[in-house]
Amino acid sequence: MRNKYSVFSLIKNALSYHENWQRAWKDPKPKKEYDAVIVGGGGHGLATAYYLAKKHQMNNIAVVEKGWIGGGNTGRNTTIIRSNYLWDASAGLYDHALKIWEGLSQELNYNVMFSQRGVMNLAHNLQDVRDLKRRTHANRLNGIDAVYLSTEEVKKFCPIINTSPDIRYPVLGGTLQRRAGTARHDAVAWGYARGADEMGVDIIQNCEVKGIKRNGDSVEGIETTKGFIKTKKIGVVAAGHSSVIANMAGLRLPLESKPLQALVSEPVKPIIDTVVMSNAVHAYVSQSDKGELVIGAGTDDYVSYTQKGSHQIVEGTLNAILELYPIFSRMRMLRQWGGIVDICPDASPILSKTSIKGLYFNCGWGTGGFKATPGSGDLFAHTIANDEPHKLNAAFNLNRFVSGDLVDEHGAAAVAH
Amino acid sequence: MFLINCPYCGERDQQEFKAGGEAHIERPKQPTELSDDEWAEYLFMRKNIKGVQFERWNHTHGCRKWFNMVRDTSNDEIKAIYKMGEKPPSQ
Repeated sequence: MRNKYSVFSLIKNALSYHENWQRAWKDPKPKKEYDAVIVGGGGHGLATAYYLAKKHQMNNIAVVEKGWIGGGNTGRNTTIIRSNYLWDASAGLYDHALKIWEGLSQELNYNVMFSQRGVMNLAHNLQDVRDLKRRTHANRLNGIDAVYLSTEEVKKFCPIINTSPDIRYPVLGGTLQRRAGTARHDAVAWGYARGADEMGVDIIQNCEVKGIKRNGDSVEGIETTKGFIKTKKIGVVAAGHSSVIANMAGLRLPLESKPLQALVSEPVKPIIDTVVMSNAVHAYVSQSDKGELVIGAGTDDYVSYTQKGSHQIVEGTLNAILELYPIFSRMRMLRQWGGIVDICPDASPILSKTSIKGLYFNCGWGTGGFKATPGSGDLFAHTIANDEPHKLNAAFNLNRFVSGDLVDEHGAAAVAH
Repeated sequence: MFLINCPYCGERDQQEFKAGGEAHIERPKQPTELSDDEWAEYLFMRKNIKGVQFERWNHTHGCRKWFNMVRDTSNDEIKAIYKMGEKPPSQ
């Protein structure tokens, strides 16, 4: 039985110089066979395993991760959480996740540092104004909190923004979702890992999938760097590498993998207490609890798995940041990095069965998957356990590319691609 | 970020080019007879290879001509460039 984290456990462990904390998860060897195997130990994969064990009593399962858990896009994103998407299907999906976020630290007994500091989206031209007003109305019809702000209200909410009318892309207004915010990305992965491990899930790190064994139209198991693992259900949550796994099973997906970059500055005192995103000039910024400015840049527009990205993308983003926030002109940047994101033609995810029995894909989150982590795990677990999608992810099936029933969220994706 | 040797203009910065996706996807000869599944394959499904991939590129800020490229997507190394209509080099 795992010890509960509390103020008392903190005091108790302080007395022994924090040297006797229990391990948060084990380091097991893979068994020969599992009821289900999740490929990918990021936030979405670990959340899937957690909800499979918790809500569907599937405890004989494993998560296999080629590196270390939370070391891919979970550790590389800019941690923004919001649910102000345009279409009903997306609103249902992302707000389901946001509702779980609101109680997640208590549920996991792990502080994910969820901070509802609000997310503001800026409008810089008349079309932006029309689009954002339409999106605000659509959000409110779906029960999602959203308000439209005038230029003066934007300035009042975030005083360091330059709202002068003579800048190249003046701020004409914006939207605000107050329930939105940020969370601590590593804590999300670790919290789900600890919770899943406690319910008997094997989390197997440094275990790369090398092949998928099929018997006709169903799966039989996976070949890994730690040997063959027999299983009848495989849930692939491999983000930018989803196509690589799909190709092993002889499937093609409607995805392209591209580098997406982010960067952080040196830490400074609190200066921005919300998240501000601008789709048109492509700049978004928030401040971490350590004080670093967390800045998101764009994607390169060619397929690449290099996890770096081009310099001009960062340059373009910083140009826009400096125009909107002249106060940052002397900030020094500390780190820059890239992650590989899997982008769908309609900028919406895929949580779906496939034509191969027992093979499920959770992918296509593109540039904005972090916000959906708890909801994605919950709904994907439901899909795997019941071999049927939940009503909230029914629209996000692979078949929509055949039927033409796409969920076009390019406008709400906030990262141009 | 890398240099691309445009077959018409010579070596230029990648910023001048636009990637046009997977190469050698043939437009259906008889579109009216295609099933929905075949349309989905043609329009949306991609190999998205990690490794050597065949792609189309356009020199948008140069000669604006299309050409083909063989590139390793795991390290952005360009293996070959050839004009539209030419036979792809064997790997």
